[in-house]
Amino acid sequence: MNQEVFLAMPVFLISAFAVLIVVLDAVSGKNKTINFAFGIFSLLATAGAAIYTLTLQVPKLVNPADYHDIFTITKNTMVFSSYSAYFDILFSLAGILTMLASRSFISKGYHEYKEYYSIIILAVAGMVYISHANNLLMLFIGIELMSIMFYILSGYFRQRIESVESALKYFLLGSFASGFLLYGMALVYGATSSLELNVIAQFIAKNNFNATYLTFGIALLLIGLSFKIAAFPFHQWAPDVYQGAPTTVTAFMSTAGKAAAIFSFIIIAKALMPSFTNNAMRLVSTETMQMILAVLSAATMLIGNITAISQKNIKRMLAYSSVAHAGYMLMGVVANNQLGYDGIIFYATSYLFMQIGAFIVLSVLENKDSSNINLDNFTGLRKSNPYLAALMAIFMFSLAGLPPFAGFFGKYYLFLAAIQSGYTWLTIVAVISSVISVYFYIGLIVYMFFKDSDNPIAKAELKLSSVSLFVCLIGVLLFGFFPSLLMNLYAIIK
Amino acid sequence: MIETYLPLIIMLVFGFGIAVVFMLLSEWLGARRFTPGKVSTYESGMPPRGTARERFSVKFYMIAVSFIVFDVEVVFMYPWAVQLGTLGISAFIAMMFFIAILFAGYFWELRKGGLDWD
Amino acid sequence: MLESIPLEYYLGLSAIIFAIGAVGVMTRKNAIIIFMSIELMLNAVNLTFISISSFFGNTGGPIFVLFVMAVAAAEAAVGLAIVLALFRLKKTVYVDEVNTLKW
Repeated sequence: MNQEVFLAMPVFLISAFAVLIVVLDAVSGKNKTINFAFGIFSLLATAGAAIYTLTLQVPKLVNPADYHDIFTITKNTMVFSSYSAYFDILFSLAGILTMLASRSFISKGYHEYKEYYSIIILAVAGMVYISHANNLLMLFIGIELMSIMFYILSGYFRQRIESVESALKYFLLGSFASGFLLYGMALVYGATSSLELNVIAQFIAKNNFNATYLTFGIALLLIGLSFKIAAFPFHQWAPDVYQGAPTTVTAFMSTAGKAAAIFSFIIIAKALMPSFTNNAMRLVSTETMQMILAVLSAATMLIGNITAISQKNIKRMLAYSSVAHAGYMLMGVVANNQLGYDGIIFYATSYLFMQIGAFIVLSVLENKDSSNINLDNFTGLRKSNPYLAALMAIFMFSLAGLPPFAGFFGKYYLFLAAIQSGYTWLTIVAVISSVISVYFYIGLIVYMFFKDSDNPIAKAELKLSSVSLFVCLIGVLLFGFFPSLLMNLYAIIK
Repeated sequence: MIETYLPLIIMLVFGFGIAVVFMLLSEWLGARRFTPGKVSTYESGMPPRGTARERFSVKFYMIAVSFIVFDVEVVFMYPWAVQLGTLGISAFIAMMFFIAILFAGYFWELRKGGLDWD
Repeated sequence: MLESIPLEYYLGLSAIIFAIGAVGVMTRKNAIIIFMSIELMLNAVNLTFISISSFFGNTGGPIFVLFVMAVAAAEAAVGLAIVLALFRLKKTVYVDEVNTLKW
């Protein structure tokens, strides 16, 4: 049997399950548990297949220009590297954690519809397509599948004006950004006459392209992708959307969605940012692009963290902080070296655990119309919900990047990568913005532990969310105390 | 270059000219009478009733959206159908998969009552 | 005769259409019209794809266009549903009247 069949298994599995869960939804009648269980099962199966591919001889794909038509069954539209397999696992994990936490949350706020689970599976399918894309078409389909599912999910509470408003804003701005992304793809296609990223990279290496089209194409691609990861000039939608959407959906969008968007950034950057000096790329040389991305990244973290300070709503505060975290992850793309891309893996993993954990704590604490998630409502949480308060404190410490937790090492590797490629000033900006961020993360902890309130939030029921929270806690602690575990794992598998 | 387009240009000039001349002639020569039927909104000869901004049932919307979605999917079959002879059996199987996936969506809509009128 | 029209003219036309769409998105207030402007942008890109593809003589472009059309239809279905949900709650489709989310 051809090895490629096994390598492509995660993609095939998630696509098949995405269709099957829709059929199951049609035939299962009033039974919601079976859809829920099938959703979890399909994500587990996808993650399992991805783990299995890691044990095979996976090609280590550092530079797309280096490989030539090695994937014949999929006609060179997909790439199977350890990097993409790792991200498959990450996306499936985020889907599982979200689904476990969603069950009680969505029936608390509205109704539990079976479509919710189908949509999450479809969104994960879109992300898996992104992580395996070697063709601009594949990348576009993945991004759009993911985004359209997010538009629906953020408007899930359709009787609540905030939810619908966030869906409308996300939809209008998201599809506007898709237009730019698409135009960028069209011009890159015009510059090199190919849609396949490895062929494009080879054309660029051979100086065989139209510099004008490529310049405009890259600029438009940067605009579209910055929209999708909510980087600085295009970050305005993120706080509104993340605040209005159902909390568990926000958890999913702001972690897995962001990781997928960052991953598409990496794919584009690897193909279009050659690591050598290319005389024909005067306007879009690697140095210029790195400089532009560095400025974007610095501005994103500063704006995100500074605006987060003044927020009273915790969900909105976390939304602004997620803007800042996108800025940190961009540092890895700026560095454009192996350590940078490894750093993104570490950061994405740790960010996934801590951000999903923080949002799930919010989701179990908030009341029916999510009106009690302001900072004042969290005063004296230590008395009413001591365990949740402690968990939230751990996630906050990790998000702030304090030493014994996973968030610290994520930042450490990215900062190291940026210094290695000569962007010391970016690292200094990142450190300053981390220090700023400590203020509001610790502020929440102060509210929870060192202030007393007359009417604290009632004791929350955890149900299945406790599983998600437990996994998040384990992730934050494990990779915090033993960061080499993840780095070694990644070193072995590649 | 321009000579090849000359017949087209002549035709355009004539067509446009005749339309303008006829409009001006009817404006100058014709009599003007305003009846209630003439000044009201044109609705294919029917007397207009009610406001044009009336809301209609969401059922029409459901059908329209289903039509948009399934109508556009057919677009993928055109290139396949044109090249079916050269593509052979593998393309046929692939298209059957595609149609099966479409049917899954159609089946879902049917079961959820998306096509019921009442 | 048509072959003598250079590629740049097509690309210029599609750039102009794209810009018209982008300006429409930024200046209009009606959600439906904003969405129509976005569709205009997507169609401008389709024109780019088709002209580039016929210039190079490879088939990647038209296939991409088919997928863009399908994606645009899916987007239209979802977008109109969202606008409908908004209209049921607020009795408006004007985006500047929808402003509950602020800091």
